[in-house]
Amino acid sequence: MSWQFLLTQLLNGVQFGLLLFLMAAGLTLVFGIMSFVNLAHGSLYMVGAYLAALTYAHSGSFWLALLAAVAGLFVLALLLDRLAFSALYRRDHLDHVLATFGVVLFANEAMRMIFGSAPLFMDTPSALSEPVVIAGFNYPSYRGAIIVAGLLVAFGLHVLIDRTRVGMLIRAGASNRNMVSALGVNIGWLTSFVFALGAALAGLAGAMVGPVLSIQPGMGEPVLILTLVVIVIGGIGSIRGALYGALIVGIVDTLGRGVLPGVLHMVLTPELASAAGPAIASVGVYVLMAAVLALKPEGLFPVKHS
Amino acid sequence: MNVRKFRALAVAAAAMLAAAAHAEVKIGFLGTFSGPAAALGQDQYDGFMLALEQKGGKLGGTPIKIVKEDDQLKPDLGVQLVRKLIESDKVDLVTGVTFSNVMMAVSKPLAAAGTPFVGSNAGPAPLAGKECQPNFVFTSFQNDNQAEVLGKYATDKGYKKLLLLAPNYQSGRDQVTGFKRYYKGAVAGEVYTQLNQPDYSAELAQIQALQPDAIFAFFPGGMGVNFIKQMSQAGLLKKVPVLTVSTVDGTQLPAQKDGAIGTLAGAAWGPDLPNAANKAFVAAFEQKYGRIPSQSAAQGFDAALAIDSALAKTKGSVADKAAFIGALKAAEFPAVVGSFKFNKNGFPIQDQHVFEVAKDAQGRVSLKTVATPLPALQDAYAGECPIK
Repeated sequence: MSWQFLLTQLLNGVQFGLLLFLMAAGLTLVFGIMSFVNLAHGSLYMVGAYLAALTYAHSGSFWLALLAAVAGLFVLALLLDRLAFSALYRRDHLDHVLATFGVVLFANEAMRMIFGSAPLFMDTPSALSEPVVIAGFNYPSYRGAIIVAGLLVAFGLHVLIDRTRVGMLIRAGASNRNMVSALGVNIGWLTSFVFALGAALAGLAGAMVGPVLSIQPGMGEPVLILTLVVIVIGGIGSIRGALYGALIVGIVDTLGRGVLPGVLHMVLTPELASAAGPAIASVGVYVLMAAVLALKPEGLFPVKHS
Repeated sequence: MNVRKFRALAVAAAAMLAAAAHAEVKIGFLGTFSGPAAALGQDQYDGFMLALEQKGGKLGGTPIKIVKEDDQLKPDLGVQLVRKLIESDKVDLVTGVTFSNVMMAVSKPLAAAGTPFVGSNAGPAPLAGKECQPNFVFTSFQNDNQAEVLGKYATDKGYKKLLLLAPNYQSGRDQVTGFKRYYKGAVAGEVYTQLNQPDYSAELAQIQALQPDAIFAFFPGGMGVNFIKQMSQAGLLKKVPVLTVSTVDGTQLPAQKDGAIGTLAGAAWGPDLPNAANKAFVAAFEQKYGRIPSQSAAQGFDAALAIDSALAKTKGSVADKAAFIGALKAAEFPAVVGSFKFNKNGFPIQDQHVFEVAKDAQGRVSLKTVATPLPALQDAYAGECPIK
């Protein structure tokens, strides 16, 4: 097992992690500030992917496709929040889960009715379609673009949350919602904005994966599950936690799939290794989550309430 | 009008109605029509319905009524639906079935009821071997066949070092077994991924680290779209031959497009097979549905033709199940796969080809025949089937 191989796998893990971060950032903010469990976050990602694929197919511009996904999801989320979800905020978590699960079923079926069940195609932008060679391994340049986008979003969120007035209100809202409201801030609009921001990031994630993955109904659920794992590990409501949690999950998942089988082959018989490898890799991140829950139930990087 | 005349008329009318009711054959169509793999079930159905439409809504001269049910890829739901089809809809026969796990589950109620069954996609190994059923026939394939033909192809090509990739579930492991049955070289590694895994970056790095002569991959549905797209983006499709099953079929190619060009696929059917029945089928399907048919569509089409032939022989009667099944197994029809006949276990004996993804005459991404390493292949399990 060469260092080049490990480096490539590490890069893959970071890329996957940053993609998860785009999803986790929105979900963790919504949960942290509104205490709202949004299972439909994966559906927003799916809708973002569809919007991007359609825009790209009709306009031929990848930038326009990204914009359509981000802006489209921002508007869609505002509508969704005002028309449906805002009525649920004061209710029990179980009601959130039921209602947003309903949205998941509705969204999947709506996509199927409009676009059919066969997967949709989205081209790789031609400037990014050729691989680059890193340490002797072909690395798709498009995946490099996902890493850059993830880092830019992480930096942008850091500035927004830690350096601006809106960010200050968001942090205050996460700590004590009622107090912020009593100080004369329209908390309803603040939460709508946060919800729409999270949705726009999910839309961006959907648009970014369009050229890598098949765009089809139900594509959001596997991502949603890992995103939930990320925010549990990172600490609910914490952007920093979402970033580090996502990177941890991305790297653990990738190394589990890419490196663990080789390691097992060195120590076990081939039959046992080929049976145990996939089994261990598939539960790796969940074991990690269970360990975090047992040792640090607040997550590794919880929000400081001081 | 006197009473006697009226009574006679009424009796005659009732008799006619009864005859009309009797002369209709009810077919239950069970398939996977929702979820990520719905395109497969839809193509089976579209292929079947195309044949039915071409025959004027009749098969073997008998009017056909279709009861369509969606198993949602859930074996337990499939069992419930088959029970409903048999007991409350009282269908005369059942066709379709997209996935092997559903097929294994519904085989029990179908076998118990003795209802004739014409499978048009799934072909799990147990039903070809020890658990073969006298009332089942399949116009598709036994699951191992398509991997076997690629194994033979890899051996013929002299590949010495192969990496095998498949999702970690029963069909995935079966495909790897089927491939190894005819591949004589060395296996550098077997990589089992999670079912419905979307991202293959870790596996792609393994391919590059091992540098095999070729890889064998089985990734049905959306998994195949993802795998091939990512292989293409990493520039690997140009570096290493990729032998695949259910990874670049007619339902996946529209989402892979040019990215899949050069990929090899093992199958019994492809749109460019030169027989006359196939040419007519492909043209009619494209005209009606506006897309290139997939292998599932071809299998659905052949299933309807097999039923057509059997019903013609029994003059539309399904009352004597044994006679109908006998007619089904001896069905004579111009199969779109070319030479075709049912083995004693109900599975086809047909040529298995290797196809390459390439542009067709109209510049669309499609499949082109490259070789026929295993002509008239019979599956490896027929010997274990007790049916004579």
